[in-house]
Amino acid sequence: MKLSINGNTVEVPDNIRTVSELLQHFKLEQKVAVVERNREILEKKDHPTTEVRDGDVFEIVHFVGGG
Amino acid sequence: MLKIGPYTFKSRLLLGTGKYPNLEIQEKAVYASGAEILTFAVRRMNIFDPDQPNFLERLDLKKFTLLPNTAGAKTAEEAVRTARLARASGLCDMIKVEVIGDDKTLLPDPIETLKASEQLLEEGFIVLPYISDDVVLARRLEELGVHAVMPGASPIGSGQGIINPLNLRFIIEQANVPVIVDAGIGSPSDAALAMELGADGVLLNTAVSGADDPVKMAEAMKLAVEAGRLGYEAGRIPKKPYATASSPEEGLIGS
Repeated sequence: MKLSINGNTVEVPDNIRTVSELLQHFKLEQKVAVVERNREILEKKDHPTTEVRDGDVFEIVHFVGGG
Repeated sequence: MLKIGPYTFKSRLLLGTGKYPNLEIQEKAVYASGAEILTFAVRRMNIFDPDQPNFLERLDLKKFTLLPNTAGAKTAEEAVRTARLARASGLCDMIKVEVIGDDKTLLPDPIETLKASEQLLEEGFIVLPYISDDVVLARRLEELGVHAVMPGASPIGSGQGIINPLNLRFIIEQANVPVIVDAGIGSPSDAALAMELGADGVLLNTAVSGADDPVKMAEAMKLAVEAGRLGYEAGRIPKKPYATASSPEEGLIGS
């Protein structure tokens, strides 16, 4: 399926069903990452139960150096 | 002690984490500064490079309080979104509200800053707005319930130091919440002056990260903030136009 992640169209395997699985796919499950799906911000506890569907728009953000 | 909302800190120096030469120097500088509050920005991850180094992962988060900023936001709406993303990390509930209104000077937009602060207070954030040295805006934000105000000394990253000490003094005199001088600090004497004026803290980044020796400068800033605070608490002598002898006039050796 096709997703929009951080402004890019990304093709991911169809067997990815949840946000947790999406993060595992990109090997980001151990990272401090915050996920927004279709403009809805998710808490970590929501990752295993939030579904991923074709056409979803994701933002995956983290903390970087800043003042 | 610096009290911000429910939190108490020994250090009055808040350190930014941007633009260090490398992560090793950055880590050493953070420890040399003695800072307990570190600012961060929120940005998109490179999802195709999970192993890219990230400073946050090096830190013992029990020792530091994170102060994410909303840098990059130009509207209240964008700032609120960034703040919510930061808090969803589960690592922090403080937010530095930074809404830039001018690309050249990076001066903050007062109206959007006020709107964003109001919304974030409603949502239960500990709100620290970055503002110009605007006395009335500082008061209006305090009336809203912000947990500290952070007036700039001069434009971000400019290193020009405190351009308008009078305004800072007015802000400090009227404030019932901590005043943290944020942005524009260039040298230890700037930081000391901010503290001598009565500021409750200083937030700086480029002055340390851009120094020839960031680790040494971090320590210098730590000492400057401590010295300035001690000087403020001790109460300086008034300035006079003419000299007053320090040595007694009695018992002078006769001619």
